[in-house]
Amino acid sequence: MRFAEAVRVAWEALRANKLRSGLTMLGVVIGVASVVLLVSIGSGARDEVTSGVESLGSNILFVAPGNLSFGSAPAVSRLGLEDVRRVGDAIGDPRRVAATVASGEVARVGTRRATVNVQGTTDTVPLVFDRTVARGAFFTAADVETRRRVAVLGADPADSLFPGRDPVGKSVTVGGVRFRVVGVMSRVGTAFGVARDAELFVPVTAAQRLFGVSRVDGIAVKAPTTDQIDEEQAIIREVVTRAHPEQEYQVLTQQDILGVVGRILGILTLVLASIAGISLVVGGVGVMNIMLVSVSERTREIGLRKAVGARTRDVLRQFLLEAVALTISGGVAGILLGIGAALLVGRFSPIPAAITGWSVALAFGVSVAVGVFFGVWPARKAARMQPIMALRYE
Amino acid sequence: MPSPPMVEGSGGLDGSPPVVEALGVTKVYRLDGVEVRALDGVDLVVERGDSVAIMGPSGSGKSTLLGLLGGLDRPTSGTLRFDGRDVTGLSEDELAAVRNRVVGFVFQSFQLLPRTAAVANAGLPLVYRGLGRSERRRLATDALTAVGLAHRLQHRPSQLSGGEQQRVAIARALVTEPAMLLADEPTGNLDSRSGEEVLELLARLHDERGVAVVVVTHDPGVAARFRRKVTLHDGRLSSETEPAR
Repeated sequence: MRFAEAVRVAWEALRANKLRSGLTMLGVVIGVASVVLLVSIGSGARDEVTSGVESLGSNILFVAPGNLSFGSAPAVSRLGLEDVRRVGDAIGDPRRVAATVASGEVARVGTRRATVNVQGTTDTVPLVFDRTVARGAFFTAADVETRRRVAVLGADPADSLFPGRDPVGKSVTVGGVRFRVVGVMSRVGTAFGVARDAELFVPVTAAQRLFGVSRVDGIAVKAPTTDQIDEEQAIIREVVTRAHPEQEYQVLTQQDILGVVGRILGILTLVLASIAGISLVVGGVGVMNIMLVSVSERTREIGLRKAVGARTRDVLRQFLLEAVALTISGGVAGILLGIGAALLVGRFSPIPAAITGWSVALAFGVSVAVGVFFGVWPARKAARMQPIMALRYE
Repeated sequence: MPSPPMVEGSGGLDGSPPVVEALGVTKVYRLDGVEVRALDGVDLVVERGDSVAIMGPSGSGKSTLLGLLGGLDRPTSGTLRFDGRDVTGLSEDELAAVRNRVVGFVFQSFQLLPRTAAVANAGLPLVYRGLGRSERRRLATDALTAVGLAHRLQHRPSQLSGGEQQRVAIARALVTEPAMLLADEPTGNLDSRSGEEVLELLARLHDERGVAVVVVTHDPGVAARFRRKVTLHDGRLSSETEPAR
């Protein structure tokens, strides 16, 4: 029996029972569509994190306490401004080192209030993180040195606290302390789900006094070139470890962070896809069920085909193709539905969704595999029928 | 080759082996642990161009014998040969090929595929010869023309009378140009007039094409039209009437 003929026979058998075939397909459609959709969401989240990490600038090394890995508890930093100096000395250029101590606070201007992420930083932030100032200027090394109460507003609080006005030169109150606005940052958007435009930068020394701490949360270093990242990573690790032998520190590249976050999102995507995969299995059971019905209904047809010369493998192939035709049709419909749903989610909800070629190819492959896996038993049942018994079946 | 008993020498004159030889065949079924001896040492040889009616009351093993002669089943013991080849040496696939090449089946209940045009039904055996659509169509059209249904090519079984459906089935049996037509109560589901037409058609095909025709029937009137008549009782061939010359 020719393959094309077998495909045609399978297709006609499905068309003969349109409603039944359609309902059976529905299970596969839903399973495949949810796999495509959920993998798209997982991929979209990963893309967003990647662009977020990359938007921080290039060739950046982060010093953070503890052990950045999936499941480890965050640790409180024992880094201080002296460590910032040590790192700057070790790499020979303090301008490439930035430090931060951060806290969420409410900023007030008159009766207007805005929740801001107060970032106590060194004056090196614009250089290290490739940030630009839209109005005024960033604060200076002298401001940090003298603990001056000056602030640079992110684009969001600038808009909400000073609607229609130029904030530069005005005052803003944070934690009961007045800061004079010297600049407004250019808008950058959201990263890691954090609105980076809701920041308010003040000199790290002023922030430490405001928060009542002497630590910095983290130190960031911008390597001059990509090739020097590894070299500087080693230097910084040695400096920090020598200064704080009592605590474990990690010096991470952006690639390291992407690796950890990528693994977490990978696991998340896998879990989501597996849950969706369960509905695909349920769909497959539906296919098996209907194929068993079909085989039993067509017992006499099977007997006849065998009587006129069909071999065991001809019958096997006919019913296997029928099952696979069911799941492929369902799979293609499911892929289209999943892509459509992903596009809608990406467009009309804050959840990111990125359709990936591999997830579509996987979904197609899985629907073929489901057809084969759940079709093979009914098909074998058909193929093994004794023609003489099958012909007498009522 | 040993000289088989009860050979009626109308065929094989050119030295070719008989279409099918059953020598001392026994078929035992096991139903719910009870052994049923459906056939018990049956000898029957169908020569080329033969004409045989198998008679017997229900339960005598007629259908079992027909299944063996058509290669649908294998004997429990005894020798069964098609074209001189013993079935015990044939694989399932080879036996399927024998059914396709040697035998044309006609069933009491027609066994046509529903929702399928006559021309596709008649061409079905050719699917398993790997023939393409146009070739199958050509041969099936020839076969349907031979049974007088050239005007019904695209009709589905539900659009045909019983007699026409059985003629489609005969066309299907004929399309492979088999050595033997094997008919199981071919008139059992037909009114007497359609039955008569079907019997005349079988007789004509036998005369014109030299195809061996073996029919199973309980109707003496049907059996009377065949040259040889054998009767089964309790799984044994009890008699063979001498062919009327």
